[in-house]
Amino acid sequence: MASTTHIADVLRRRNNRSFFERLAGGDEIAYSITLIAAVAILAIVALIVLELWTHSTPTVKTFGFGFLTSSAWDPNSGKFGALPFIYGTCLTSFLALLIAVPLGVAASVFLAEMAPPKLSDVLTFLIELLAAVPSVIYGLIGIFILVPAIRDYLVQPLKAVFGFLPIFQGDFYGLSFLSAGIVLSIMVVPFIISVSREVLLAVPTELREAALALGATKWEATWQIVLPAASTGIIGSAFLALARALGETMAVTMVVGNTPKITASLLSPGYSIAAVIANEFAEASGDLYVSSLIFLGLVLFGLTIVINALARILILTTTRRGMK
Amino acid sequence: MLVATQGQPVLNPAASLPAQAPAPKTQPASKLIARNINFHYGSFQALHDISLEIPTHRITAFIGPSGCGKSTFLRTMNRMNETLRNTHVDGELLLDGENLLTLDVTDVRRRVGMVFQKSNPFAKTIFDNVAYGLRVNGIRKKSIIDEAVERSLTHAALWSEVKDKLQKPASALSGGQQQRLCIARALAVEPEVLLLDEPCSALDPIATLKIEELLFQLKEMTTIVIVTHNMQQAARLADRTGFFLLGRLIELDDTRRIFQNPGKKETEDYVTGRFG
Repeated sequence: MASTTHIADVLRRRNNRSFFERLAGGDEIAYSITLIAAVAILAIVALIVLELWTHSTPTVKTFGFGFLTSSAWDPNSGKFGALPFIYGTCLTSFLALLIAVPLGVAASVFLAEMAPPKLSDVLTFLIELLAAVPSVIYGLIGIFILVPAIRDYLVQPLKAVFGFLPIFQGDFYGLSFLSAGIVLSIMVVPFIISVSREVLLAVPTELREAALALGATKWEATWQIVLPAASTGIIGSAFLALARALGETMAVTMVVGNTPKITASLLSPGYSIAAVIANEFAEASGDLYVSSLIFLGLVLFGLTIVINALARILILTTTRRGMK
Repeated sequence: MLVATQGQPVLNPAASLPAQAPAPKTQPASKLIARNINFHYGSFQALHDISLEIPTHRITAFIGPSGCGKSTFLRTMNRMNETLRNTHVDGELLLDGENLLTLDVTDVRRRVGMVFQKSNPFAKTIFDNVAYGLRVNGIRKKSIIDEAVERSLTHAALWSEVKDKLQKPASALSGGQQQRLCIARALAVEPEVLLLDEPCSALDPIATLKIEELLFQLKEMTTIVIVTHNMQQAARLADRTGFFLLGRLIELDDTRRIFQNPGKKETEDYVTGRFG
């Protein structure tokens, strides 16, 4: 009986705790700490934007938003324009996706649908290792292996067949949009493969079986039922790859040619936002030069935000269409 | 054509011979005959020496506790188990006298349709769900597809409920409607046998009743094999009932006999609820 009273006493005291006693209970502390952690992430992002914006004021004041549409880049005479870099970033990333999406999706279909599970696991492990290769290594591979290979084996056939197209005209010296796009495609394909494979594996078995039970072949079930059911996630994987390609710095810098020019030809050298910041920031002299580079950083930041937002909207609409 | 008498195994396997004496009207021919079916998942033997006959235009139900092999056997009948790796089946499964284990697999699956435990409509419109089987089997003509979709949905007792929203996504339907849509989808390719793997286990009693009424009418058109956990359902629905236990077919007989006067002790224990 005595112990019962004791328990009742303790419980009553627990109900009438002071603020500090309740704090010691953990809930409030845990709430505060986790809240701070969550808000801190957003605060960091906000500070990045603020900082980039403040430091790019000289450029904004001098050129206004004409900076974004001007293609002049001549630090010596104080002329700065972002268009060649935006163009180069978008073009190389687009090229990368053009190559990496079909390759990655086909590979993920093999890994998820066709390959024996053990082989699939081993191959996926190896492919995911590719994502861990430092980008400077990809740059070296690009310079020493890919660029000569493209020059010797790819450019001649391309020019012979598609030479009438403006994108394959002019001379090819190695460093170019095309080389950067190909190197980037190799760098982003592991992301597409590993995300798409997971998405495909998550498609319910019942859907495959329903198609097979109607007399569909395995390929028909995969192509007509499984891939459409997984399309949302596959699009998501492509946008993940795009975000990675847009921001990729080192490998692009090494193979893109670093020439701020806008040309239709993929065989010409170009430049990208990330590459110009990496190349020129350390040597930039004068407020206007530095602030132009910082403004370019802000543009890159905005570009990735827009791409990600687009991806979200796209994914949302596809899911909604799929669900309702 | 093999002609079987109920309860007696057909001893003459010469399926290619001309038809024997016509069966008495009360004894329908066997649509499917299983002979000594053994099935292995890896080294685990899931089915032991199953031999049975499925009479045409009748409902045959398989009952038994979980893991007894009834679903495995059902999935052997349209070779759906072949999608799993590391499985092995031997024996003979005669569909109209031809061993379906040696026929073209997509052909077998078109002739032996299947409805699954969980309703699994494709992420397509109601119309395209039903039309899928036709299209994948090479039927392109719109008028034929339109007609077949309407006919299948009517047979699945769903037409009146969906005729104004054929272009709506199938996922907008209720659970019971989705399962009837899956039945309509299976019916569209005019299967000779329709396999149902616990089709009502996720449905409420009213939706279940609708499906049961539907199956009762469908046996005019096709031969039905249903796996069910619900013994009352087997008793209400089936002409013949088979009891599986530990990978063996204990007995298969007229439903009334199985539930009122079973031949085996195990069956009696199970249907009276004394088992497990």
